[in-house]
Amino acid sequence: MSDIVIGAENLGKRYRIGERERCVTLRDLLARAASAPARLFAPRKPSSSEGWRATGNRANGNHPHFWALKEVSLDIRQGEVVGLVGRNGAGKTTLLKILSRITRPTIGRAHIHGRVGSLLEVGTGFHHELTGRENTFLSGAILGMSKAEIKRKFDEIVAFAELDKFIDTPVKHYSSGMYIRLAFAVAAHLEPEILFVDEVLAVGDASFQKKCLGKMGQVSREGRTILFVSHNMAAIKTLCSRAVLMRDGAVTASGAVADVVDNYLLGTASGAHAREWRDPTAAPGNQNVLISYIRVIPPEGEPVITIDTGAWIEIGFDNLRKNINLDCTVYVMNSEGVIIFASGHRISSDSDSRCGFHDVTGRIPGHLLNAGRYSVDVVFGKDQRWVLFRIDSVVSFEVENTATGRGSNMSVFPGVIRPLLSWRHSFKEESSLVKQP
Amino acid sequence: MSFTANAIWRRDALAIDTTITPPSGWVDLNLRELWDYRELLYFFVWRDLKVRYKQTAIGAVWAILQPFLTMVVFSLFFGRLAHMPSNGLPYPIFYYSALLPWIYFAGALQNATNTMVEHQRMITKVYFPRLLLPMAAVTTGLVDFAIGFVVFFGMLLFYGISPGVPILLLPFFLLLAVLTALGVGLWLSALNAIYRDVRYVAPFLIQFWMFASPVAYPSTLVPERWRWLYGLNPMAGVIESFRWCLTGRGQPPNLLLAASTGMVLVILMGGVAYFQRMEGTIADVV
Repeated sequence: MSDIVIGAENLGKRYRIGERERCVTLRDLLARAASAPARLFAPRKPSSSEGWRATGNRANGNHPHFWALKEVSLDIRQGEVVGLVGRNGAGKTTLLKILSRITRPTIGRAHIHGRVGSLLEVGTGFHHELTGRENTFLSGAILGMSKAEIKRKFDEIVAFAELDKFIDTPVKHYSSGMYIRLAFAVAAHLEPEILFVDEVLAVGDASFQKKCLGKMGQVSREGRTILFVSHNMAAIKTLCSRAVLMRDGAVTASGAVADVVDNYLLGTASGAHAREWRDPTAAPGNQNVLISYIRVIPPEGEPVITIDTGAWIEIGFDNLRKNINLDCTVYVMNSEGVIIFASGHRISSDSDSRCGFHDVTGRIPGHLLNAGRYSVDVVFGKDQRWVLFRIDSVVSFEVENTATGRGSNMSVFPGVIRPLLSWRHSFKEESSLVKQP
Repeated sequence: MSFTANAIWRRDALAIDTTITPPSGWVDLNLRELWDYRELLYFFVWRDLKVRYKQTAIGAVWAILQPFLTMVVFSLFFGRLAHMPSNGLPYPIFYYSALLPWIYFAGALQNATNTMVEHQRMITKVYFPRLLLPMAAVTTGLVDFAIGFVVFFGMLLFYGISPGVPILLLPFFLLLAVLTALGVGLWLSALNAIYRDVRYVAPFLIQFWMFASPVAYPSTLVPERWRWLYGLNPMAGVIESFRWCLTGRGQPPNLLLAASTGMVLVILMGGVAYFQRMEGTIADVV
């Protein structure tokens, strides 16, 4: 007997476009009523013998379809911790939903060997009128624990959530932090052989996130099998023994975590970190400048932009105005739209700029930007007064979190910037305030 | 093969093998799995009971007031004013004995209909046999039924009526009411997940259904030769049986009951089949 505990073969999931948004009305029901009795018990199309390719984009005539998942095959062995990465809409959650049996595939099959727990949101089954204690039992039961099991772990759960005083208060009076702590505490004490986790660590405050990561790590060391979806590459690298990359509903890479993460980030870079325009008619610009590329890339030899590495900003453009005092400035904004800094370069010190191609490269130092997503505006100016051309949010980049400055603490520091201060420290035996007797 | 039916629970080996496949179109009710999830059913019922009368001033008294006040209104208007025949029973007894199963049924059906939509979040985030939700909805109502039943005993004492031996059959009749609510509830809850119109249709349906059932009038008003057809409304058999076994008056409604029992089974099996067909992909549409 093999030790493969999750075996997926050619899983495919087709959605009708708009199926989720649109509520079907009685009118449709009546329109279809005539054929309904016959169809009700008839097998659904397509059968598992036809692949997703066979049905194209407008299957069954009138409704456009799309495949959220296309021929996904995946084997996961006992004890593996697999990180599932990919952009939003790549099919990661759909795959988890099929494997955890929330919905069924359109084609393909999968075998699961072992007790499954799935954690697709924090607080599944919580009822706001019930107390913390009641919700612990309810949510635990819904997630798959037995009553006896919950009873046994109850004290541990309450201690983990750090809310012993409030455990008999209705959760509707909880702060969002307390709510999330309790919800995660329940989930963290699930003991299935196979665990599916979807981006649930992204909630809660920093210290609690750290605790959750610690718990996840502990669970994985106990030999359980985990399939873990996250956009936090640092967490993936810390926790996972293997990574799987999904793109447009298909698995495009699988293997060593570092390789797959690189693959993912580089793949993303062509879309978001960097943009290039080959066709002058499509390139952004006007009668003054014409941009050919804007890139934000990690320093050479680094796969990712992190807090430590900093980044390079490269801007390539054609100057079309001769003899002006030209400058090029970048604005870097965080995800809340706060301008973290603006920095510019004067192309020419006097009104003597030359027509032709210019490449301007700026270095964003390490230990400046905190972890997070940033977007970049680029502004071309004249005489440091007049805007010749500006393009907003032209590229965006992610600064990955690292543990620098706090030992093994992987949580994101608060603060807009994250400088690395140099500290000095001295020590004396006697107190400076209290006189020794 | 599908996971609802073919999760092979190997208790001895302490391992669970699950096969996940596309919906097959065959009805595959996995009773074993339902049994394994019985504790969750208990928790759903427990939660509904806990939540039901939270933040109400008089709480479970509503379970008494609802049937009682309806009985008073019926006795006044249908009884005193319209002089509805009551098989020689005092009007309060005549109406309350029918309102007991009817109010249970109406409430259970309404709750079961809304289960899929109400639990939308849960359904899209975690797996459990979806059948548990309507099952819990029809079970929860039994508590209100029990409370109302105690009041009925007080009324029997007051009017000096003793029901006699037939009352031992009550659990069977109650089971019929539960299965009717479940059977219809399965249809409506699955339909409601796709067509939200059901939410608006259900109250009407329940209202019309009451007039098609012998709640406000005795079934003897229906001509004898149409009685079997009338019995195709399962609640007709249930309500007449309740009246008979709770008061001990009149003849057991044999024909009506037989037709109703048959119909309940048909509705229930159809409901389970339809619900099972929807179950696998309900998370995509609800």
